[in-house]
Amino acid sequence: MASFKPVKVQTIPKLGERVTEDTLYWKNYKAPVQIKEFAAVTKIEFSPLPPHNYVVTASTRIQVYGPHSLEPVRTFTRFHDAAYGGSFRGDGKLLVAGSEEGLIRLFDTGGRVALRQFTGHSKAVHVTSFLSDGYRVLSGSDDLSSRVWDVASGTELNSYTEHTDYIRAAAASKLNPDLYVTGSYDHTVKLFDVRVGGSVMTMQHGHPVESVLLYPSEALLVSTGGRYVKVWDLLKGGQQLVSLKNHHKTVTCACLSTTDNKLLTGSLDRHVKVYNSSYKVVHNFDYATSILSLAVAPDDKVIAVGMTNGVLSVRHRKHTEEKQEVLGKRRRNPAYRVFIKGKNYVPKQDDFLVSKTVKQHLQKHDRQLKCFQVSKALDTALEIWRRFHKPEVTVAVMTELNRRGTLKNALAGRDEQSLTTLLNFLIKYVLTLLNVALMIRLGDSPVIERLLQRLMELLGREAELQQELLQVLGILDTLFASLTPRKEVTGPAVPPIMQGSQLQAA
Amino acid sequence: IGIGVVIRIIVCRSSNPSDWSELSEFLLCASGDLVKVFSTSTEECVHVLEGHTGQVTGVILNPTNHLQVYSCSADGTIRLWDFIDGILIKIFVCGWPIFSIYVSEKHVGIAFITIHMEKNFQLVALHLPKVPEQEVEAREMSAVLCNISSNPGSTAMGRGGEYVASVMGRQLTVYFFKKLKTYRFSLKATDKKGAKNAFTCVACHPKDDCIATGHEDGKIRLWRNFNQKKEYTYSTQHWHHDAVGTLCFTTEGMHLLSGGVESVLVQWHCEEVNKKDFLPRLGGAISHICVSPDGQMYSTSHLDNKINIIHCSLKLSAVIQGLVKGNIWTDLMIDPRTRALVMNGRPGHLQFYSLQQDKQLYSLDIVQQEYINQEGLDQFEVMRAAFSVGGTWLATVEERGRCTSDLESSLKLWVYNEKAQSFELNTTITAAHQDRIMHMCFSPSTETTMLVTTAWDNQFKVWLLGLDSDTQKEHASWSCDYVGSYHGLQPTNCCFSSDGSLLAVSFKEVVTIWSSDTWELLTTLCQPPGPIRELCFGRLSCSKYLLGTTAKNLFCWNLLTCSLEWSTPMDVCLLRSDPLSENVVAFSLHSGNTDLFVFRPSEPRPLFTQKAVCGGKVQRCVFSPREEPLDSCDERFQWLNRSRLYFLTELMELLTFSTKAEDERILNSRKQLLVDDSVAVTPFYLLLGKHRQQQEEKQNSGVSQAADRVQPPQASVAIKELLHTPAHVLPAASFLCSMFVNSLLISNTGSRYGSLRFC
Repeated sequence: MASFKPVKVQTIPKLGERVTEDTLYWKNYKAPVQIKEFAAVTKIEFSPLPPHNYVVTASTRIQVYGPHSLEPVRTFTRFHDAAYGGSFRGDGKLLVAGSEEGLIRLFDTGGRVALRQFTGHSKAVHVTSFLSDGYRVLSGSDDLSSRVWDVASGTELNSYTEHTDYIRAAAASKLNPDLYVTGSYDHTVKLFDVRVGGSVMTMQHGHPVESVLLYPSEALLVSTGGRYVKVWDLLKGGQQLVSLKNHHKTVTCACLSTTDNKLLTGSLDRHVKVYNSSYKVVHNFDYATSILSLAVAPDDKVIAVGMTNGVLSVRHRKHTEEKQEVLGKRRRNPAYRVFIKGKNYVPKQDDFLVSKTVKQHLQKHDRQLKCFQVSKALDTALEIWRRFHKPEVTVAVMTELNRRGTLKNALAGRDEQSLTTLLNFLIKYVLTLLNVALMIRLGDSPVIERLLQRLMELLGREAELQQELLQVLGILDTLFASLTPRKEVTGPAVPPIMQGSQLQAA
Repeated sequence: IGIGVVIRIIVCRSSNPSDWSELSEFLLCASGDLVKVFSTSTEECVHVLEGHTGQVTGVILNPTNHLQVYSCSADGTIRLWDFIDGILIKIFVCGWPIFSIYVSEKHVGIAFITIHMEKNFQLVALHLPKVPEQEVEAREMSAVLCNISSNPGSTAMGRGGEYVASVMGRQLTVYFFKKLKTYRFSLKATDKKGAKNAFTCVACHPKDDCIATGHEDGKIRLWRNFNQKKEYTYSTQHWHHDAVGTLCFTTEGMHLLSGGVESVLVQWHCEEVNKKDFLPRLGGAISHICVSPDGQMYSTSHLDNKINIIHCSLKLSAVIQGLVKGNIWTDLMIDPRTRALVMNGRPGHLQFYSLQQDKQLYSLDIVQQEYINQEGLDQFEVMRAAFSVGGTWLATVEERGRCTSDLESSLKLWVYNEKAQSFELNTTITAAHQDRIMHMCFSPSTETTMLVTTAWDNQFKVWLLGLDSDTQKEHASWSCDYVGSYHGLQPTNCCFSSDGSLLAVSFKEVVTIWSSDTWELLTTLCQPPGPIRELCFGRLSCSKYLLGTTAKNLFCWNLLTCSLEWSTPMDVCLLRSDPLSENVVAFSLHSGNTDLFVFRPSEPRPLFTQKAVCGGKVQRCVFSPREEPLDSCDERFQWLNRSRLYFLTELMELLTFSTKAEDERILNSRKQLLVDDSVAVTPFYLLLGKHRQQQEEKQNSGVSQAADRVQPPQASVAIKELLHTPAHVLPAASFLCSMFVNSLLISNTGSRYGSLRFC
């Protein structure tokens, strides 16, 4: 004797992103905190030492924020024109920044006054950075030169003018104090070796380079510019590993998360995208305006994003303790031990075992269907809670009634109110969930008539839409056919889920 | 040994009247021209009573000796058997085809049989002569009732043989033997409520003067006082929504059992009229119910070749399931893992039937919906199924609404779960195609898992197992990879080459060859007259050949030259290739009979031909790989060496080819199953007995062995002790076990004393 098989509820797979571990990880941030700056935020950098303060460069100011404070810890206002590229030294004690005037200033994070001032660039300096030994500073300027300065003496050590356009990106190697990478608007990325006295490697990005980034292993180099993010393998002599085109406007900034070196890119299209190790987008943050700068704190505790309208948006990671609190609240249900009570009893050697048949638990509508109470089952399926929260169950019961050939019986003899609920349900879901072939016996009622008219309108619209979709499909088919004249191609492969819910996609 | 090919019918069982033995230990069941004796505790078939040459129509216990059973058959004989030992005692030759048999204690030496005489069916009393010969002519008969129904359920003996009741149309006839009087009671054709009053079955109370009749509209009437013309009474009960299929009183007459299309066993209490118990969802429609003589067990036999044995407390105790023969839509398939035959089983299920054991292994629920036992309801059916090469994946297509315009279909993909030892649903694709799926096949290549489906919507689709996201490997599901079509023609068949690199899809008259890597159309082959019916690639050394059939011709293309290699004018209705050899089998319908040809694609000359294999068209066929290859030296039968061919005829008989030598071996193995009745028959005993037998053979190899009897184990003292000591005196089984197992080991002889060997 087989047991009763409950009604199969068909769930329609949700289109779009699937929930992965990465998505969950990157979703686990609080709502962003917004700090208004005076002008566009061009650069954000985190201090490598705890408490991981971060330096924000906007307009003529360079401000240092603590990880949790909304007010700046320290402000440097020594610049007469716009400051650029504020950057920490490896020990977090010194700070260097360029400016529109062509000056480079060096600050102590504890003090207020500039310790050093490097003069020599004839045009604006957009990027500055310490080399990893901490005694030298590198700068890239609009005068096409990149220079290395000595901190102790404040003199210029090297100057290279190999680029043919503005230098807007630079990154110093953390492992070798003599290596650094610059990216320029002349579409190239160059690797400089101070010992050699010039560039040792040139990579063609193909678009004006907005930022460059070295992986901690320094085997991989990321360059962004135009709509492209390109990853280069330095150990293979600058061979392009992958080219990503996930943004639809210029990608302005890139950074790495510290936990497992996920790549994050920000773009003028107002999105920050997170890539996994195989360079697929796993998460997406949306912002209000175009993004200019982006930084992630060590341990991914904070994501700071600077935008063109001068807003600094800071997201903090949710604490794990908060999660536990939520779990604690839920513990109102009976404890686990209630359910296993007596079930884990192991019979002793001379116990006589009487087995009891396990009662099959059925949903209410299943119980009614089991007893062939079709009208009641439909009532149950149309109960308010189920109708609103689990419309797929309602639809499944209707389909089951149709399969049993008893839909007519279930609908017979209904009053105006229950028919209204039924029709309202149909109007709401006829387009999104599967449509059921229904035959309805009606009493004469204006309400019902109006609802039916609405239903008919909806169906008419749906039919029109389907026709339009088919037309589009036909147009696409001809396009594809003309694109590949030699091969016999019959149009794109339409995934099966799409067909069921074309409407949703449309 | 003379070799000749015989066609052996392996499964031709149909549900038939069954009966119980005295101790409700055995169940007797008519099955084709055999009577099978099943053990109710183990569900095993203990004996097969062979001898009838026609369909067995009735089995009934001898009322005077409960160790004997009468069986009647359409071949015009009644046979008396000793079913405990499986021995034929007597044959009574009547000369007329017998449709049913009834006996009673009060009529010793008389059997009541239904025969067709003078254009209607008659119940006659046949005198069974008592003579010592085994085969007796029994010609002495007298008519009891004329114009009765041939259905065995529409006649019943009442109250130990005082009267006999029979129903036909809307009339109930009761004949009293003592008074020699006949009473007839008629019902009106219909009443105001539109009831259908025609009788369907009848049962008589064993102790009381009460007759129960079942009707077409599901009513059950209980008749009393039927020994009067006018003052008879009846009460009506109504539960069944369709015709009552069968009725049966329990031995003491406490309960009335009824069943029908609903597949619900209803137990009515005779004392309290309104009280009834149900046992639902037993299987197919109930065709027969019987009760064991001690009243402990009921059995219901179903139209889907199933017998349920039910304890009287309405608890299912055993199920005997044969090959379900309903509508077969799927191909015959062989499950590569279990080597079981797979085809449509119960509605919405696939059955896995072991051909070696002649037993259903299990039934896989494909539709996973409650089956509504109601006639004329359009429900989901499994229409297509296909296995991947290793048996890891199973694809099924289920459909509903074939007759109406709104077709609902879904393609399901099942993965074999090693842990659960069964198939689990992986992906469901609703409306995979816009129209019916015609054909589907898996790619035989091991690198990719690929499925191709062709449908009436003029497209073929390629489905791939998606392993795209590295984080979600456990949820790998199938998705559409490519949609192909050819000039808007309807694809019919599809077939992969043996290495999986080429896909052949036939579109009406055209065969298109596609590369499975790039989905590029490589070439088209066409032989105009008539659309392509079947398509199949050659195997092994013949893998460069592609075979196709039309209504008139059989073609063989060479794919290296893309040209026609040969063709013959032949109406091939079925074409299959053997996966283990180059052989291809073709069935061709020729003047009402089907001929069989076995050939290799490389040469147009058949290796083996058999004219008129069976009457009518062959529906399906399949090659089943043998467990160990046969080494037949005769050239004609070498095609049977690697695999066996099974085919299904129009009459839903499953046939196979086997050589004579093989047939004898099967018969011998069957005889070995007949075991001594002093020991309970358990699989363990069979194992042990065989072992013992081998040991004895070794000991006294000079003495010829009786093949049919296995000697009960007696050599070992430990076994003797174990079997003959009362259970309550024995020490714990755990203690005995090691001793017992040790006694089974072959002891080391002196010659190999030094070397340690484990047997």
